[in-house]
Amino acid sequence: MNKIIKIAKLIYEYTKYGEEGDVVGKTRAIDDVSLEIEKGDFVAILGHNGSGKSTLAKHLNAIFLPTEGTVWLGEMDTKDTDHIWDIRQRAGMVFQNPDNQIIANVVEEDVAFGPENLGVPSMEIWERVEKSLKAVGMTAYRRQSPNKLSGGQKQRVAIAGVVAMKPDCIIMDEPTAMLDPHGRAEVIETVEELNRTEGITVVLITHYMEEVIHANRVIVMDDGKLVMDGTPREIFSQVEKLKSYRLDVPQMTELAYELKKEGLPLRDGILTVQELVDELCQYV
Amino acid sequence: MSIRLEKIDYIYEPDTAFPVHATDHVSLTIHDGEFIGLIGHTGSGKSTLIQHLNGLIRPTSGKIYYNDKDIYGDGFSMKELRSKVGLVFQYPEHQLFESDILSDVCFGPKNLGLPKEEVERRAKHALALVGMDESFYGLSPFELSGGQKRRVAIAGVLAMEPEVLILDEPTAGLDPKGRDEILNQVKKLHEENQMTIILVSHSMEDVARFASRLIVMDHGKVQFDGTPTEVFRHYKELETMGLAAPQVTYLMHALKEKGWDVNLDAITVSQAKEEILRVIKKK
Repeated sequence: MNKIIKIAKLIYEYTKYGEEGDVVGKTRAIDDVSLEIEKGDFVAILGHNGSGKSTLAKHLNAIFLPTEGTVWLGEMDTKDTDHIWDIRQRAGMVFQNPDNQIIANVVEEDVAFGPENLGVPSMEIWERVEKSLKAVGMTAYRRQSPNKLSGGQKQRVAIAGVVAMKPDCIIMDEPTAMLDPHGRAEVIETVEELNRTEGITVVLITHYMEEVIHANRVIVMDDGKLVMDGTPREIFSQVEKLKSYRLDVPQMTELAYELKKEGLPLRDGILTVQELVDELCQYV
Repeated sequence: MSIRLEKIDYIYEPDTAFPVHATDHVSLTIHDGEFIGLIGHTGSGKSTLIQHLNGLIRPTSGKIYYNDKDIYGDGFSMKELRSKVGLVFQYPEHQLFESDILSDVCFGPKNLGLPKEEVERRAKHALALVGMDESFYGLSPFELSGGQKRRVAIAGVLAMEPEVLILDEPTAGLDPKGRDEILNQVKKLHEENQMTIILVSHSMEDVARFASRLIVMDHGKVQFDGTPTEVFRHYKELETMGLAAPQVTYLMHALKEKGWDVNLDAITVSQAKEEILRVIKKK
């Protein structure tokens, strides 16, 4: 299979400096992580605040460089400064706060910002902007001011800005943390669609367990280490273990787990309302 | 103790081509000791509404009464109101600014002009309320996790010894455990210190678990006001407002459709569990 991301024995340390600029200590944010991600995968990364997941994500497009070990995006080593712009083009990032990543006064200009900086010819920029806005369902807003958009719409514009760079991979660091339920659904559906139809590899960091259900792989981090790795069903079957990592399970998984403790013979790893309904009806 | 709003109207950009009614003739009363969940999509007017409650913004028209006194009436002390009605903003940890935690929490009561001993007593008490002991006092805010920083910020408001605590999405960006910790602490403040709580949240599951009254805002108006069970009966209308019901509600409706004789009012995991077990035993 085709690996888009390869991480080998990655270690990343933050250095703590004292009053006089002397080194007073080191914090190991990533501790010997090795990981490979297939092209076209939808990978979710879970972990509590401070577990190292954002630090890991920032290694994927060379915002951070390894203290030890190596990260490859395709064939490119992220430490190789000659490739830095290629890497940033091929792996785009979307952050938590929509207001921090929109810079232009008009939606379509904001989306054009990336390809413009790549030196793409004007005609092609327009084509890319058109296509990207269509992909995130924001074409109707192309001439509006981003200020008048909702949080979910702003995040979709930010995603369009990444899509216009024609990336292989989109890395999203809690893109829905500041959104209402409708905005959250809107962003997740957009990302799923891009993954499904355009084949773009997605790496999604989130604290909402419900958003992870549609990923085809879930990775759990704790204390800078990779501690669990599997399909959503495999991961969410381990309710107690997840709780020990300060995490949670989707509400339906929790309910099924509680019912099972009361003696109902339900299977492990139920994720959705529909699955629980089917399982209960089969039993009774 | 109560806060009464009468026809609060707040217009952003009045006298321009784009006036926006952020709150549109909202009338409601907040009673002593309530735990209120305030929900609504982004831009529905929730944040504008809560900023009226301690006089941070003044309504374009309408009256606000605190203990039956008009807060814009003659001789009303706005300073006292702000110490009685504490407001925790979104991402409050961005407002931490002192070099250590104890000093940061002391800042509010110090500004009330209290003696030094009283300031420290309040700060230490407030930190204890959010579950932070002496070992944290000397730490820099930078040495704390996201959830811990947020608890310090909440302690900063608690040190003012408010009667009403308003929290604007206090769990945004926290991991599940951090979310539970904050919410359980808020619940404790409500139960043990009889504090009135207003919780602004985007999580239907959280308000279902903690609030005893739900207020739903849409287009600057209060659309629903009742117990969580009553409000979530309107789950279809909630969806058209960009909201939803807890997943449990959808499960109950789906089971009912399959012929299960379940009570549709279950809105939390534990209620749903009891209800499903009850029906199964009968079968």
